[in-house]
Amino acid sequence: MGRAIPPLALVQPVLEGRLSAVARMITHAESGEEDCQEALAEIYRHTGKAHVVGITGVPGSGKSALVTRLCKALRAGERSVGVIAIDPSSPFSGGSILGDRIRMNELVTDPGVFIRSMATRGALGGLARASLSGVDILDAAGYDVVLIETVGVGQDEIDVVQAVHTTLVVSAPGLGDDIQAIKAGVLEIADIHVVGKCDRSDAHRTVTDLKNMLAMGHGNSQGYGWQVPLIPTSSVSGEGIPELLAAIDGHLETLTSSGELEQRRRRIAQTRLLKSAENILRDQFQRHHDRQIAELTDRMMAGRTHPHAAAQILLNQFRSERKP
Amino acid sequence: MEGPNTHPIRVMIAKVGLDGHDRGVKIVARCLRDAGMDVIYTGLHRTPEEVALAAVQEDVDILGISILSGAQMTVFPRVLELLRVQHGSDIAVVGGGVMPDEDVAELKRMGVSEILLQDTPPQAIVESMRRLVRERGPR
Repeated sequence: MGRAIPPLALVQPVLEGRLSAVARMITHAESGEEDCQEALAEIYRHTGKAHVVGITGVPGSGKSALVTRLCKALRAGERSVGVIAIDPSSPFSGGSILGDRIRMNELVTDPGVFIRSMATRGALGGLARASLSGVDILDAAGYDVVLIETVGVGQDEIDVVQAVHTTLVVSAPGLGDDIQAIKAGVLEIADIHVVGKCDRSDAHRTVTDLKNMLAMGHGNSQGYGWQVPLIPTSSVSGEGIPELLAAIDGHLETLTSSGELEQRRRRIAQTRLLKSAENILRDQFQRHHDRQIAELTDRMMAGRTHPHAAAQILLNQFRSERKP
Repeated sequence: MEGPNTHPIRVMIAKVGLDGHDRGVKIVARCLRDAGMDVIYTGLHRTPEEVALAAVQEDVDILGISILSGAQMTVFPRVLELLRVQHGSDIAVVGGGVMPDEDVAELKRMGVSEILLQDTPPQAIVESMRRLVRERGPR
């Protein structure tokens, strides 16, 4: 079955920023189909201009409301914004309910804001498989800033840090004590700490706990001369949003002047290379090796073969079949 | 496996105008999710402009609008027109709710793909969505 519009024909309209073309290209990226790769490669050549900012934090910490506030602040400065908002897929049906937009409705009719919801479709780590292609497309379409809102994360879903220039970690009052704050994981990846919901009376405790954690160690000073700030915000009143925007811009300046931006770009590129290789391999296994996978699984279930050894056998079979 | 592109069918479910009855749409959203679809819910009190632009940005296969307020003859023509202007004509518009039979016929004539009235069983809703995407073909 042929497509109504070949993906390559969408590249020029994407670069011109036509909404429907940008939207369709993101759909193609999500589908992962082979006939879209050439178009995505062409788009990739036009990336590298946008400031990519990740927003992560526990479920209910106020990420979507914060994104809405940030978009408005960026628009007030006449900068355009693309948003990729990620929500989880059901592990059972594969379906999802994507509700981040509910809190972003007031932005929708602004042509300078493009919001796209994405389901994780089984990907772990807080991002969806096509998130970064989505970022490429928004970047190439000319959006000045691209925000990625991760799924609500627990303590260890930190893929976002390998994907963006600036990482915001959002905490909120009432979600845990000071010991939660000194554990490893999500809190360590912040370039900027945000404490949301500061209109609540117990917010000062969260601010104090996080400040103590940051003061305790290496947490607040990153090698390239950036001091990790902690910014209390309220998406209800708008308190702290100008300071947050200033911190985001300040971080990009420090990244640029210190040379860290190039390092991060390189790290992002490398992560994507490895992820893509992983995805290609997994797809090929699933498409062409179901029988071997079933056999090896049987052997593991019978207790005879260790998963690592089974994987080696699978890879060896894969290699030998591909030899000329 | 869903739809011609073998990825989940994307549906946006919206409530437009001064109509606060969202229990029905939430149940519909849930049953579409359980049928393996990606469902984007916009929340209450949206305008046709917001819904049409959001549907284009989300590149949904289907835009479902629930109306229990009697405003269907105003809302649907406006949404269809806005989709046309914004290159979103291949999005199938589906109506849900309570409305007179003559309105159903008129809305279908205008280009609404399907109207699912009250008492439509969940499985029939799921089947309608799948059929509409199948009939449209790949895009």
